[in-house]
Formats: sequence, structure tokens, C-alpha cells
Amino acid sequence: MAAAAAARSSMGLTLRFSRVIPDCRSCPLYRLKGCVDNTAGSQRRGSFDSLRTINRHLQTSICLSQAEEGSSNAEDPDDVDNGQHLRVNVVYIDRSGKRIPVKAKVGDNILYLAHKHGIDLEGACEASLACSTCHVYVNSAHLDKLPEPEEREDDMLDMAPMLQENSRLGCQIILTPDLDGIELTLPKVTRNFYVDGHVPKPH
Amino acid sequence: MRSCRRLLSELKLWTSGRSKWTRGLNEGLGGSGKAFLSTSSCPKVCIVGSGPAGFYTAQHLIKARQDVEVDIYERLPVPFGLVRFGVAPDHPEVKNVINTFTQTAKHSRCSFYGNVNVGKDVTVDELQGAYHAVVLSYGAEGNRRMGVPGEDLPGVYSAKDFVGWYNGLPSCRELKPDLSCETAVILGQGNVALDVARILLSPLDILKKTDITQPALEALAESRVQKVLIVGRRGPMQVACTIKELREMVNLPGTRPEMVTADFEGVSEALKDVPRPRKRLTELLLKTALDAPGDKELERRRNAAKVWGFRFYRSPTEILADPGRSRTAGIRLAVNRLEGSGDAARAVLTGEVEDVSCGLVISSIGYKSLPIDPAVPFDSHRAVMPNSVGRVHQAPGLYCSGWLKTGPTGVIATTMNNSFDTARSLLEDMDSGALDVSPAKPGSQEVSSLLEKRGVRPVTFSDWEKIDSLETRRGDACGKPREKLLSVEEMLKVARA
Repeated sequence: MAAAAAARSSMGLTLRFSRVIPDCRSCPLYRLKGCVDNTAGSQRRGSFDSLRTINRHLQTSICLSQAEEGSSNAEDPDDVDNGQHLRVNVVYIDRSGKRIPVKAKVGDNILYLAHKHGIDLEGACEASLACSTCHVYVNSAHLDKLPEPEEREDDMLDMAPMLQENSRLGCQIILTPDLDGIELTLPKVTRNFYVDGHVPKPH
Repeated sequence: MRSCRRLLSELKLWTSGRSKWTRGLNEGLGGSGKAFLSTSSCPKVCIVGSGPAGFYTAQHLIKARQDVEVDIYERLPVPFGLVRFGVAPDHPEVKNVINTFTQTAKHSRCSFYGNVNVGKDVTVDELQGAYHAVVLSYGAEGNRRMGVPGEDLPGVYSAKDFVGWYNGLPSCRELKPDLSCETAVILGQGNVALDVARILLSPLDILKKTDITQPALEALAESRVQKVLIVGRRGPMQVACTIKELREMVNLPGTRPEMVTADFEGVSEALKDVPRPRKRLTELLLKTALDAPGDKELERRRNAAKVWGFRFYRSPTEILADPGRSRTAGIRLAVNRLEGSGDAARAVLTGEVEDVSCGLVISSIGYKSLPIDPAVPFDSHRAVMPNSVGRVHQAPGLYCSGWLKTGPTGVIATTMNNSFDTARSLLEDMDSGALDVSPAKPGSQEVSSLLEKRGVRPVTFSDWEKIDSLETRRGDACGKPREKLLSVEEMLKVARA
């Protein structure tokens, strides 16, 4: 306890503790119940017993996503032995073509999994089928294992640039055991969409 | 001795995680954390306009480089641009993007300055003096005129103003559109036109649970508009709206579609090789216009008091006034035929005209950017800033993103990609040295003191949060997500409290 206090004061941060707590309400993981601490609700926000808990809270905020490496959070509950059967291996291929393998679990949402691992997949409407910013290409081996898109997803996909046969919205893909090994490619957004004499697109 | 060593090893444990932690700390803190890390030699970027373009450009810059500081200037006391003032009240999920923008605004390396009119309170030149780079992303606040006689009669409004009115844009507060007529004609067939049609015909029960303004709700409650025609100069395969919005009209309670069968001649044959989005959209349009409805739908339509429909191959030539020339009584439409096909098809006059009685005309034919500062390059023919991938021509250090860059079309996702492109150009220029970020720049310190001398008090993001909180509380009291403040004066009063 004393060591912890000494460490805190050595960083000159003792008094600022309470302000480190982010507003969970604005975080998409909280709203979609994808945040581990959501179950504890607001009582968590008032009392932190360890810096590690704070770190995990900060990790769930979009701002921090770029600071993370690919590995999943060490505190993940299914690191415990009896969680192995829930493991799903996912590969993201980012816009520069880099392969990013990610350890996920059954029930994970592809969009928020990407956020958790600092992959730049936007989710402007927060998984409410009102945009197409989480557009991904699904590898052929797994494309047919996904349930058919509902009409609303198809409607939004129609607005996505560079639509392909294997296009899906990441926020609608929930991991199941048979999606183990799924690969999701982020579309390369072209530079300079509109050159002289562009054709107006809908808005 | 032992306790000292233990202390040291504990500290080592802390310091190894410290860089990640303090970075996290800074990302998590708001403005109060800024001074902790900021040095005067870091690259400073100024963004003008706090809509999606401004915020997405800021987001990309901040994520890409740990040393960039971004200041966003906004003319109104409130941020978010068209997300707040353009997106329809019954599309709340589209506004979720505000949460992402809020996180950016509260980032330690980002600051918001509302109530600052760039071009009047501070010039672009002065901003360029204070910052390493300036990104103009102030969108398109003007509108394209139809250019026909009678356009300025009472009863004729631009969609931009009508939307601004029901969304609480302060400058549109006094619009007070006359909704006492039976027929409304909307020129244009994009998503904005469909939004206007939908708001005009939506059941009050739906509207009263949205963030539509109270005056608009009251006006719509008194509205006698029963029929809305959405008119376009070309054909069904050229409509600019998207399928989601069309589906909403088709499914709008209390309404039924009514279209002209002849308008759809040859359309289904032309669908064979058309890309998926256009195909699905046209198929839905054909089904709605031509197919005999099933029993349930037939019953629903029979009970629907309100009517809507697309009308094709018609261009406005004159707004017709009542005998006293005091208000709109109708619209004269020229009949067109199509030359060519697909997106490139052109409307050609046939010489025929058709008059339609109506008391309300809303022109939804496009927004338009305006020049902000005479010193800044502007292509007044195309109404955009001349640029290459966001770099403004003949203006080093000046960039643009959003509608100002590409013209006023595209959804939020389009603007997002467009803004990321501009941010990438800026970052490339920083890396290559084309943009010299080595000399220290004063940034907001200099601009703040200029503004103070001129009696301008910026609104900070936490000031906006007071407005946000009040609007949300007022909304709670009447079952709406928020009850918007409608004037700049009210906003400033709350911000300063």
C-alpha cells in the first residue's frame, strides 16, 4: 500500500486520480454491454482499487486504441483453462495489407473486437445499421458460414464504397465456434474519390 | 534497507508500465491534462468547422502522431455541424457519431473554441501565422437557387432552410413556413428531399419523441399538408436518394404512395446490368409504384389519409402566385425527356409544360459552399476550394476537407474518408518537410489574445457540455432526447453560467 502510494506520488499524480475515470456512457462498449465492467455499472466509476482496473477502463476508450498491441487483455476471463473451447482465432488484414491475428472468443462483435485491438475500423453509428463505416470483406471460406444479412444491413452496404460480393458490416458479425480462422479485410479507401467532373453521389 | 529495495523494485514495475499508463492518462484527461505534455515545439494544426469533416480530420491527426495538437474553431457556440442541424430528427442512430467526436474533443491534444467566426473575428491569414497548418472544413451553408421567377414568393423555401428550421439552426428560427395548404411540391429527389417529405407527413406521435424543435412540432401539428410530390428532372433510374430513405417513405404510417405508371416505362428492362445498389433501389421503386399490393397493404393504403409520390421528367420554370401575388398558388413544370442513360443521362426540354397547384414549394437541389475570406482561393463556379487531395492550390499550409473540398454530396461515411485523406496529405507533408513544423508556433495562445482584444469570448467544450446537459434535461421532461436551445443568445447565456 505504501509502495503504491509512493509510486503514485513519484509520478506527481496523487490528486488527479478521480479525474482519470472516463465517462462510460459515451463509450460504445458500455452501451453494447461489451465492456467487462458494465455489469458493475456506475458504482465502479466511484471507486478504483487498483491502477490496473483504471488501465482497463482507459483501454476501452476509442482514444487509446492506437496505443495497444495486438494481444488481448491479460485480464480476459477465458484465459482460465476451462475457457479454451470459447476461443475463436480471427485475422484482420488492415488497409496497408498487414495481417493482424487476434485471439477472440465466441460472442465477440467484429467491430468492437477491432477497436479493442487498435484496428482502424470506424463504427460511426455504433452498430445501429445507420452507416457503412465498419464495412469489411470476409474471406471466402467463412463467408457462407455467416447468417444472411437482414434487409437493413444490405441497405447500408449499398452505400459502402467498393462493395464486393464478400462485403459485410463488421458490427453485424458475431463470432461463433465455426468462424474460427475467419479473415476480415479492411477495404482500401481510395485517395481522391472525386476528380474533376465527378458524378454527384447521394446524401 | 530492504524496504528501500522493495520500494525501488515496485517503482520499476510501475515505470515499465508507466509510459503506457501516462499516455493513457493523457488520453483520458480533458483540457486540464494539456499542460502536462504540451511543449511549444510540437506541430499545431487549426481546423475551421466542427462538423464531421472537422472532427474526423482532427481524429486522424491525433491518432497518427503523438505530438500533434489540434484546435477546432466553430462559428456557433455548439459543435457538430450538420450532425446536429442536418440529420433528420427521426434518425437518432446516425447521430451516434457525436460520441466519437466528443471523445476527440476531450482528448488532451484537442481543444474546441466555439463562438468564433473565422473570416470576421480572426482571419485565415492570422490563423496561418499562429499554426503550422490550417484545415478549412466549414462545409456548405449556402444553397443553389432554382433561378426561376417567383422563387422569392412566400411559400417557397430552400430545403436547407426548412431542415435548419425543424432542426433548430439559429439562423432559420424565423422561417415560420406556411403549412396551411394541401399540396407541397419538393424539387429534387435526394435524401434531403425525402427527409423533408417524411417530416411533413410523419404522424405526430412519432415526431414528438424526437429532438425536433418545439416550434416545428407545433407548426406540424397544425399542418394541413396532405399530399407531397417529390419532383425530379430526370427519371426513376436517376433518383439520388438511397434505399433506406425510400423504404422509410414506403413504410410511413398513415401514408400511401401514388405515382405515374407511364414514368416507369422501360425501367425494369434496363435493370439487367446495373450495379447492386441502383438495382435494389430501382426494384423497390418499381414495386411501390407498379405492383398490386397484397390485401393487408391494400387495406393500409385505403385507410391512409396522406399521399406522397415521385414525379419524373419535370423541371421548374416558374412559381405561380395567387391573384393578389401575395403567396404561392402553384408551380409551372417543363416536361423533359431523357438523352442517354444511367448517371450520365441528361434531361432535355420537350416544349410541353404542366401546372401543379400547391401552396408550399421546397427546393432541395443542393447546398453550396461560400468563400470565407477573400484572401483564400475559391472556385466560385464549382463552389468548392480548389485542391488536390485536400491540399489547397497555391496556398501552402492550407488544407480543406469535407464538402468544402469535394462539393456538398455524400453521407457521413463519405465525409469521413474524405477527411482522412486530407489528414493523410497533411501528415505526409509534415513527414516530407513540405510543411515545416520545426519552428515553434504560438497556436491558440496567440489567437486567444487576438480574440480577447476584439471582445470575442470563445465557448469551450465544457461550456458546450453545460448546454448539452440543459438540453438533455429539458428533453427528459417531455419525452424527447433533447429540447434544443434555439438562439445563439440563449446558448451563450447557458455557456457562460
